Amino acid sequence: MAFNGHQREDEGIDEDETPTKQPRSEKEMPGCFKTEPHNEASASAGRSTSERRTSNSTMRHRADSVKKTRPPFPWFGMDIGGTLVKLVYFEPKDITAEEEQEEVENLKSIRRYLTSNTAYGKTGIRDVHLELQDLTLCGRTGNLHFIRFPTHDLPAFLQMGRNKHFSSLHTTLCATGGGAYKFESDFRTMADLQLHKLDELDCLIRGVLYIDSVMSSGPSECYYFENPTDPDHCVQKPYTLENPYPLLLVNIGSGVSILAVYSESNYKRVTGTSLGGGTFLGLCCLLTGCSTFEEALEMASQGESTRVDKLVRDIYGGDYERFGLPGWAVASSFGNMMSKEKRESVSKEDLARATLVTITNNIGSITRMCALNENIERVVFVGNFLRVNTLSMKLLAYAMDYWSKGQLKALFLRHEGYFGAVGALLELLHPS
Amino acid sequence: MAEFVRLDSSTSRHTMDKSITLPPDEIFRNLENAKRFAIDIGGSLTKLAYYSTVQHKVAKVRSFDKATKVNIPLYEISVQEEVTARLHFIKFENAYIETCLDFIKDHLVNTETKVIKATGGGAHKFKELIERKLGLKVDKEDEMTCLIKGCNFVLRNIPHEAFVYAKHADSEFRFQTTQPDIFPYLLVNIGSGVSIVKVESEDKFERIGGSSIGGGTFWGLGALLTKTKRFDELLQLASKGQHTSVDMLVKDIYGGSYGSLGLTGDLIASSFGKSATADKEFSKEDMAKSLLHMISNDIGQLACLYAKLHNLSRVYFGGFFIRGHPVTMHTITYSINFFTKGEVQALFLRHEGYLGAIGAFLKGAEEDNPNQYSWGENYAGSSGLMSVSPDMNPMQRARSGTFDMLEMDRLERQLVNLPLLQDPSSYIPDTMDLTEDALAREYWLYCFEEALDGVVKRAVASQPDMPEAAERAEKFRQKYRHKLQTLRHQPFAYGSLTVRSLLDTREHCLNEFNFPDPYSKIKQNENDIALKYYQKAVKSLEELSWEERQFALVRGVLAGNVFDWGAKAVSEMTLGPQIWHLGLIYLFIFFSSERPWLVDSYDQWLERLRGPPHKCALFFVDNSGVDIILGVIPFVRELLSRGTEVVLASNSGPALNDVTNGELQILTERIAAMDPVIQAGLREDRLTLVQSGSSSPCLDLSRLDKVLAQVVRERQTDLVIIEGMGRAIHTNYYAMLSCESLKMAVIKNSWLADRLGGKLFSVVFKYEVPAGKPSQGSAAVTPS
Repeated sequence: MAFNGHQREDEGIDEDETPTKQPRSEKEMPGCFKTEPHNEASASAGRSTSERRTSNSTMRHRADSVKKTRPPFPWFGMDIGGTLVKLVYFEPKDITAEEEQEEVENLKSIRRYLTSNTAYGKTGIRDVHLELQDLTLCGRTGNLHFIRFPTHDLPAFLQMGRNKHFSSLHTTLCATGGGAYKFESDFRTMADLQLHKLDELDCLIRGVLYIDSVMSSGPSECYYFENPTDPDHCVQKPYTLENPYPLLLVNIGSGVSILAVYSESNYKRVTGTSLGGGTFLGLCCLLTGCSTFEEALEMASQGESTRVDKLVRDIYGGDYERFGLPGWAVASSFGNMMSKEKRESVSKEDLARATLVTITNNIGSITRMCALNENIERVVFVGNFLRVNTLSMKLLAYAMDYWSKGQLKALFLRHEGYFGAVGALLELLHPS
Repeated sequence: MAEFVRLDSSTSRHTMDKSITLPPDEIFRNLENAKRFAIDIGGSLTKLAYYSTVQHKVAKVRSFDKATKVNIPLYEISVQEEVTARLHFIKFENAYIETCLDFIKDHLVNTETKVIKATGGGAHKFKELIERKLGLKVDKEDEMTCLIKGCNFVLRNIPHEAFVYAKHADSEFRFQTTQPDIFPYLLVNIGSGVSIVKVESEDKFERIGGSSIGGGTFWGLGALLTKTKRFDELLQLASKGQHTSVDMLVKDIYGGSYGSLGLTGDLIASSFGKSATADKEFSKEDMAKSLLHMISNDIGQLACLYAKLHNLSRVYFGGFFIRGHPVTMHTITYSINFFTKGEVQALFLRHEGYLGAIGAFLKGAEEDNPNQYSWGENYAGSSGLMSVSPDMNPMQRARSGTFDMLEMDRLERQLVNLPLLQDPSSYIPDTMDLTEDALAREYWLYCFEEALDGVVKRAVASQPDMPEAAERAEKFRQKYRHKLQTLRHQPFAYGSLTVRSLLDTREHCLNEFNFPDPYSKIKQNENDIALKYYQKAVKSLEELSWEERQFALVRGVLAGNVFDWGAKAVSEMTLGPQIWHLGLIYLFIFFSSERPWLVDSYDQWLERLRGPPHKCALFFVDNSGVDIILGVIPFVRELLSRGTEVVLASNSGPALNDVTNGELQILTERIAAMDPVIQAGLREDRLTLVQSGSSSPCLDLSRLDKVLAQVVRERQTDLVIIEGMGRAIHTNYYAMLSCESLKMAVIKNSWLADRLGGKLFSVVFKYEVPAGKPSQGSAAVTPS
C-alpha cells in the first residue's frame, strides 16, 4: 500500500487495535506447534529454528492446558486482500473413531468439500502443491490446505457458508486483511458469522516465521536464485533462514508493504508503494484487454519490453560511463511510446512485458533504498504478485544483486501469498 | 536505471516555419556584440545563451580643479559610455531554430568565437544545421554537468530563484531566500527518466540514483492509455480527472482507514487497482490523473529515500516533467510532504528551463572566470516566470510561439553577506511580501503606476540637450507599465514582489533606455545648496549642550531624510518653488515633531551614548543634499568626536536622488576642507567611504560589496545605522543584526504610515541591541 514510514513496535499497540491482539512472546509461540523432522529439508529447517525452540521444555507441561483451550474444528485462517481472499484450512488426519461419531454432519461435509476438490466454483482454487502434510498443530496432526479466490467473489463464498450452516459450528473465524474490516458486517448479515479481526502485518510476520520454521516434507520453503546476473546459470536454490533477523519483508499484493523485522515481536512498516500487483494487472487490462493475472503473465512471458522502454543505449548508443549506467538499463519506462510510430509497432505482449518489468524494477529500487536506509542485507519477497511469476522473481534477484554489487540477497518463500492467512489461523489456535 | 535526456520524439512534428519575423528589438538583443554562444536543445524547446558586451551610459561625477571660481557647480556631471557584460538566455520552440540561426548569422558581426557549446538531447540532431548556418564548430558538453553548473549559478546569483509551490495558498509561490551556502543539495531531474544527483560543491557532484519511471513514462503510457499525443494535453486531461475511479484506495480494501497504521482511507493502496477488469470503461481524464499520481508519488518517494540516505534536506526538482507545470509541481509537492511528513520541502526553480544552457555557456566561458563575478537578474530584459492559472495554464499554451528571455548583468563587484547578520540563512531583506499581501500589492502597483508620469517627466528633463530623450522616455514608460501589468497578473513573475523589486525594476528600465541618472542635476543642486549651510549648522550644533545636541543630531538626520524624491508625498511636489514647501516640512520635523515618535527608542539610544563609545559604526546613507550634508555628516562628526570610527556606505550606482559613492567622495572632500574634524577623520583613516555594491533605493544586506564586508570585519564594527524609508522600512525593518543597530526614517507615504499605525511624516527611530549582548540601554520599542 502506498504509505510510508509508519513505525510500529508490538509494544506500542494502538488503542483501536482489536482486543485479541497477539502478544508474540518468544516463549509461547513455538510451543503450540510441533513438527516432525523426518526428512532432509526439515533437518536443515530444524537447525534454523533451534533458537526459537529453546523454551520447549517450559512448554511441555502446558500440553494439558493446550488441550483444554484448543478450539473446536474447523480451523480456518483467512486473509481478505484487495484482490484475493486467501484461506488456509487445517484438515485433521488423526481423528479418532470416537471423534468421528461426535462430529456433526456439517463439519464433515465442509472437510470433504474442501479436501476432495481442487477448484471451487468458477474461481476458487486450492494450491495443492503448497499443501503441508503431517503437520502437528496444537497436538493434532493433519494437513494444511491453501485456498484462494477473488475478493469480488466473496458474496458467493458467504452464500456457501450460509447454505452449509457454517454458523452452527460455533467456530471463530479469524480473518485479517482489509476485507476483514470492510466485509465484517456482510459476514454477520449474510452468513451469521462473527469475524475475529486481526492486523494484517502482525499476521503476515507470524505466518512467515511459522511456515519457515515448520518441518515438512517437500521442497524448502525459502529459496534464492544463484547467479542472478547470469541468465544461463541462474538457478533456484534452497536457502536456510538461519538467524533471520534483521530482515526486510516485502509483501507484494495489490499494493506493496515493506517491513523491517528485527525480532518476532519487533517490526516496523518502513514504507509502501501503490505500484504493486494491482497496478500490473490494472495496466495490463487497460493496455491489452486481458482480464486475469495468468493471462497477463502469459502475455508478458512472450513479449519484449525493450521495444516499449527506452534504454540507456537508445540514448547514448552504449553505456553512459560518466555515471556507470550500463547500456541495457532502462532509462525511461514506456519511453519509446512517446513516438507515434513506435506505439503502432509494439504488440500487446510487449506492453504486458514492459508493465511487468516496470513494476518489478520499481519495487526493486524502493526495496533497495529501504534496505540501505535500514541497513539490512537480507530481503524476503512475498505476496501473490510473485505467484507463478518467475520472471519477476528473477528480475528482483538480479536487481538486488546488480545494483548493490552483491551486497543484497533476494529471498523468496514458496507459500508467497498465504502468510497472512496462516498468521490468522495461528491466532485462532493460540489466542492471546 | 534512468537518465535525464530530454525527448527528441516531438520535434519531428514541427515544420521549420520560416515565415516568422523576429522582433529584433525584443529578442536577440545586443547580438551584434555577442561574444560567445551556447545552446541547449531539448525535446521541444531550444535555449540559446550568449554573452555580450553592453555599451550603456553611466553618469559620472568629477570634482573640478581646486582653483575654483565662484558660481560654478560643486562638481562636474558627465555621461560616459561604459562597457559591461551581460548574459542573454532565450528560450523558443524547436520549430524556430532555423529562423533563429539565420537571424543570428545575419546580425553577428563582432564575434571572434569559433565554437558553440551544445548540450541537450537534441544537440546531435541539429549539429549539422548549426555548423552550416553559423560556421561555428559544435562542441558537445555533458548534459548533467551543464545542468549542475547552471543550477549552482542561478542559486548563487538570483535571489528568490527557488520556490515552494502551494496550490491552495494565497500565493502559490513561496520564494526562498538565498542561502549563504547553497551546498549540499539534491537535484531530481525528471526528464524522460529520473536522475537523482547529489551536489556537494561547485565541482563535486554525483549521480546517486534514478528511476526509469519519469516524464517519458507519463507521456508514453499516457499516450497509450488515452490516445492523446501531446504532453501538455495529457497534463490537461489529468488536471480534470478523478483518480479514485481507477485507483484502489485504502478504503476500497478496508472500508475505511487502516487505523492501526494511521493510513487514511483516501490513500492510494494500489495504482490502477480498479482497472484490473475487462468489462469496465475508464475515462481518459481519470486514467491520466491516476497515472500522474502514480508517477509523481513514485518519484517523490524515491527522492525522499535518497535524501534520507544521504542526509540532505534541500531537494530541487527540475526537468520537462516539472517545467512550470502547476499540476506536476503540486503532485510532487504533495508526495514529498507525505513521504517526509513535512520535513523536506520540494523546491522548484524559476529558471529551471535555462539550467542546461547556462551550464553549457559557463563551460565555454571558463577562461573568463564567470564564477568570480556576481551577476544580477536584469528585470528589464527578462520575461519572468510563466503564468499559472488554477485550470492548467492557458497563458503557457498561448505563449508557445513566443520567446522567453533571461538577462543577467555582470556586476562590477562581488557581492557577499554583511558579516553582522545574526542569521544569514533566515535573513529576508523585504519587510512586506506583496505576493502574499493582496491589499498592499494593489496599493503599491497603483502607486508606481501613478508615479510613472512624474518619472517620465523627470527623465526627459534630465537630458535637456538630447532631442530624442522624449521618445526614449516614452519607451521607458511603455516598458515599465507593461511590467507593472504583468506583475498585476503574475505577482510572482520575478520572485517575491516587493517594493524593492518594483523600485529596482524601474531603475533597470530607466537604464535600459539610457536614463542612467535622471536625478543627477537635482542632486548636484541640492548638494550645492546644502553645503553652503554646513558650517552654520555645525556651529549651531556645537553651541548646544551635550544632551540637546544629541537630540538635535537625530532630528537633523530625520528632517534631512524628508528630501527624498522617491517618496510619493515628495515626488508629487513639482520642482521649483515647492522645494520651499519641503523646506517647511524639514523645519517642521526638525523643530516640532513631537515625541514619542511612532517608533521611539531614543531614550535607550541616549542612555547608550552616555556609555563608552562604539568601536566602529557602519552607516548606510540615503539621499543627497540636506539629508547627507546637514543630517548625516554632523551625526557622523559627533561619532568621530566620541572616538568611534565610521564607515559610510553609499550606493555604487545611481538610484533616485540617493547619494552615490562617487558623489559622496567629492562631498566629503569639500566638507573636510571646511571642517577639521572630518578632515582629521579622513586623514587618520577613522572615516572611511565604501560602496555598498548596490544601485537600489533599498538595501539587501545579503548582497553587499565584498570590500565593505571586509572593512566591517577588520574594523570590528559594533554599530550599524540604516537610514531612510527604502533601506530601513521597506527593507531591513525586521533585520536582526549581531551588533547594535539604529534604524531611522521618516514615513513619507500616507498608506504605509497608516499601515504602521501612524500619520504621514511619522518618525521611526528603532535602536536595537541583540539579545544576550550586554547593553547600556534596553532593546527597542516596536510600533504599538
